Amino acid sequence: MLAAAVTLSFLLLAIFAPLLSVQNPFDPAQLQLANSRFAPLWTADGQSPFLLGTDEQGRDVLSAILYGLRISLAVGVLGVLFSGTLGVVLGLIAGYVGGAVDSLIMRIADVQLTFPAILIALLVNGVAKSVFGNRLDATSMLVVLVIAIGLSFWVQYARTVRGSVLVEKNKDYVAAAQLIGLPAPVIMLRHVLPNAMGPVLVIATINLALAIITEATLSFLGVGLPDTMPSLGTLIRIGNNYLFSGEWWIVAFPGIALAALILSINLLGDWLRDALNPRLR
Amino acid sequence: MSVRHILLAATLASLVALSPLPASSQTLRYANQGELKSLDPYTLKETTTIAHHAHVYEGLVTRDKQLKIAPALAESWETPTPTHWRFHLRHNVKFHNGDPFTADDVLFSAQRVRANGSNFLSNVPPDAKFVKIDDYTVDVMLDAPNPILISQWDGWYIMDKKWCEEHDAVAPTPASATTPSYASLHENGTGPFTIESHQPGVKTVFKPFAGWWGKPEHNLKEIVFTPIGSDATRVAALLSGEVDVVEPVPLQDIQRVNASGVATVLNGPEIRTIFLGMDQSRDELLYSSVKGKNPFKDIRVREAFYKAIDIEAIKNRVMRGLATPSALMVAPQLYALSKDFTRPKYDPDGAKKLLAEAGYSDGFEVTMDCPNDRYVNDAAICQAVVGMLARIGVKVDLLAQPKALYFAKVLKPGGFKTSFYLLGWTPASMDSHNVLHDILGCRDDPKDSTRGEANLGGYCNKELDALTDKILVETDTAKRDQMIKQAFEISIRDYAYIPLHQQALSWGVSKKVKLTQRADNQVLLYWATKTEE
Amino acid sequence: MLAFTVRRAIQAIGVMIAVGIIAFSMFRFAGDPVNQMVSIDTPAAERAAIREQLGLNDPIPVQFVRYFAGAAQFNFGISYQFRQPVATLLKERMPATLELATVATILAIVFGILTGVYSALRRDSIPAKILQAVSLIGISLPTFLIGILLIYLFAVTLGWLPSFGRGQVVRIGWWTTGLLTVSGLKALIMPSVTLGLFQMTLIMRLVRAEMLEVLRTDYIRFARARGLTTRAIHFGHALRNTLVPVITVAGLQFGSVIAFAIITETVFQWPGMGLLFVQAVQNVDIPIMAAYLLMVSLIFVTINLAVDILYTVVDPRLRATVSRAG
Repeated sequence: MLAAAVTLSFLLLAIFAPLLSVQNPFDPAQLQLANSRFAPLWTADGQSPFLLGTDEQGRDVLSAILYGLRISLAVGVLGVLFSGTLGVVLGLIAGYVGGAVDSLIMRIADVQLTFPAILIALLVNGVAKSVFGNRLDATSMLVVLVIAIGLSFWVQYARTVRGSVLVEKNKDYVAAAQLIGLPAPVIMLRHVLPNAMGPVLVIATINLALAIITEATLSFLGVGLPDTMPSLGTLIRIGNNYLFSGEWWIVAFPGIALAALILSINLLGDWLRDALNPRLR
Repeated sequence: MSVRHILLAATLASLVALSPLPASSQTLRYANQGELKSLDPYTLKETTTIAHHAHVYEGLVTRDKQLKIAPALAESWETPTPTHWRFHLRHNVKFHNGDPFTADDVLFSAQRVRANGSNFLSNVPPDAKFVKIDDYTVDVMLDAPNPILISQWDGWYIMDKKWCEEHDAVAPTPASATTPSYASLHENGTGPFTIESHQPGVKTVFKPFAGWWGKPEHNLKEIVFTPIGSDATRVAALLSGEVDVVEPVPLQDIQRVNASGVATVLNGPEIRTIFLGMDQSRDELLYSSVKGKNPFKDIRVREAFYKAIDIEAIKNRVMRGLATPSALMVAPQLYALSKDFTRPKYDPDGAKKLLAEAGYSDGFEVTMDCPNDRYVNDAAICQAVVGMLARIGVKVDLLAQPKALYFAKVLKPGGFKTSFYLLGWTPASMDSHNVLHDILGCRDDPKDSTRGEANLGGYCNKELDALTDKILVETDTAKRDQMIKQAFEISIRDYAYIPLHQQALSWGVSKKVKLTQRADNQVLLYWATKTEE
Repeated sequence: MLAFTVRRAIQAIGVMIAVGIIAFSMFRFAGDPVNQMVSIDTPAAERAAIREQLGLNDPIPVQFVRYFAGAAQFNFGISYQFRQPVATLLKERMPATLELATVATILAIVFGILTGVYSALRRDSIPAKILQAVSLIGISLPTFLIGILLIYLFAVTLGWLPSFGRGQVVRIGWWTTGLLTVSGLKALIMPSVTLGLFQMTLIMRLVRAEMLEVLRTDYIRFARARGLTTRAIHFGHALRNTLVPVITVAGLQFGSVIAFAIITETVFQWPGMGLLFVQAVQNVDIPIMAAYLLMVSLIFVTINLAVDILYTVVDPRLRATVSRAG
């Protein structure tokens, strides 16, 4: 329950970031070089109103975390929605239709499963650049990230949903629904899917954490949003450079924020799994 | 005997058999951000690679610790007439394989360095004819006087004619090689070191050459070079004593290194100038909100941009004091009269007024191209510039990219696709003429297709070009310096560019090592000494 | 069985060709390789000539076919940066990556199973709870940050372990190994821990969940009823049943470990294929990028194939499903 509360509060912090920040860290006009590299407020070198200090560009670290949280969560949530939808639909089709369609989808899934997420994301990013050219604005870059991450995580959903469909398909109520002439999509969405939603939810939570970490890792490889719109991962990558120089706050606070976010999402996932899996109770 | 025992025995045996000699204090371990790409000295003109070659190869001339031209394989030279140079070669010089060095090698190298596939074509002018007088005298005949003929010869290394012929390496290893070349994996120079082993991108081991003609200044018996790309790892390796010399130390880590007690950072001004350029040639900018006209064609807009840049803030905050703000497009070490120039004052209000006069009182939008892995804190400088311009109402969209993508977009082969950019330039000839010709020269000179090659914004002033051509052939230094001054004054009057600063060199050096830092950022370890603990 | 294997092998080749096509269509946008091959003041005419000679002006399909024709004969071209055959470079770098990935996987399996079993059997104990939380923190930070933190702690502050490289390696034929020297082993510790941490957490959680599940099944209850000792039940029955899925997952994840080695190798300057790949991307070294991607996809499809075949050998029921499905 605590995990759910922490996750929710991160969500709220991200949504209300503009109200809570002393500056918009994405707006270069609001950054003053004269304010750069202040230590956190409680240390000797602190400067109001920069509670957690500032980075080299004079960006308030707290504001940057709040705005970065928005980017990270947006990428994560949209990525999970995308991969979840894709996976669930493909899983339903594979399970319900069966035959050649099933084997085709599952073959693709097999291959996909062995390909690591970051490599898929790198490929998608490359393909996007080749389609749109090198000039991508921030919004389309976000879309690319979402697709890249989404494409690497759909398999688990598909396999889980397919498994449930195979079980449910032979049950009497499905046969009855077919008898009264309900169309297949309706049967699948209204009757079969709800039975598979528990595991899907659990996978989604765990994948949300994975997606956010993947975004951070991609930013280390130089893929993602520009440095002027840093996500939590980008903040950590930039802050990394100041680890030895004593300017620890530039990396420490985004690092703590990211770890806390991922930890609470993972715990939420664990809790959900235990709650939805009565056999483990 | 159990498996564990066998393994243990094997380990011990291999330790005895294969462990290297005990680490001596005269082994110098060196890490650089860049790599030694190819051992062929005519393949890639790039600082890290050339500096490594300098340990094994030598030119007719070299540059000393102050970057002054000094004799090397040529003991002396004279110019009987402005178009005739005579070089007297050093006697008793041997290549690493024992071949003697003679005039034939010079003639061969002059041919090879100008052959198809060489990246050093501009180091030796195409009109220079090399004539062998005897085994130790070479004449060079020119079509026109050239006072800076030998200014790039320190980077033109002499190769062994016989060795190249034996190993099918007469032609330089071209960039487009489809077969591996012997010369790109082996060396045979006359320099103070030989290369014992070379694993590209991993490790290169140098050993002193016992038959070297000179008297070594170093006391090393081995140099182990490892490229380390990650900044943090490189600094960590220096702090933990695993390497003795690193280049570069990121600016933010300098204090930490100096406070470590293990190593110190050598700082000095580098001769590379960092500057901003603007597209002044297109009738409409490629990336801007202004349509139908090009705001940068209006000199008031260029002046406004210049005055909006708070160079002191960039120096103190972004560069941590380690930059020398510059009024010129060339470093003061390379031009005697640099002191006569000062930057216009930082004046954001004046800049705003100028913009309003030019008809942009509400500002405009423009995209800025910037590399993010090429110069010291390049992307951070660009971000700071974006903020400063935002304060005079110009909304700059920053496109900071790795150098591979950046250069592909903005350079001539990419079609100069930029409206506003940051670039750095070190004149290869160590002379202002190179800047006036490559950066400030008009791009569309029918007689000289390489003029303005790096003039990405297309600034053009024929008066300046005429001066540049006179500067090339002027042999009287004082007169020449005055002409260079006139040329730079024209470009400043036109607000052709916004020079920012010369960045600082930043080498991390263990306390056990003494080393000379040269302003062209070549790490030359033949001047290094290492003491016992 | 044979038909199944052949069919899978054909699919594998199809996958590799797809990877090749995608790779080649994106290289065009990695930058202009010529910029990294010559100095910045190289005249445009000279650059154009190099482009032409490299065949970079040819249509993508032509470049692609040319490359694959060579690759089929293990000729991966000449590296743009190093002017050396790519095959030689890859051969030199491969042992480093495979050794790192293998050690990381073994570490992950051993420690993952140990901690997983412990936290399943002592489900409600404080140490088990702490273990759960700590393992989660391990995967809550990006790999590159963990790597730098380890370097800062063990190389800079404590001076126990080297911050970069492989240490002293021993050459056995064309293979080089760091497993036989002290400095090689020391150099392996931090990179393999960094790389294996994520897998370890995964395996630990998997083992815990599987163990809990198995312990509830009827035959365990039956074994208990029969009066077998707790120890025999836990390790003789429960763990044995858990191991098959765990090893399968670890095997499938091996490809992932190799891919993530890109990050670890960059942080620790580990001279493997991942580092070579990152350097190649920075320098638009197309022959190396292409060869690496093909190499990695070859490893992936091989693992996939091996797991499938093993499955069908181990479990005939699966064979039936697979042949019907395929």
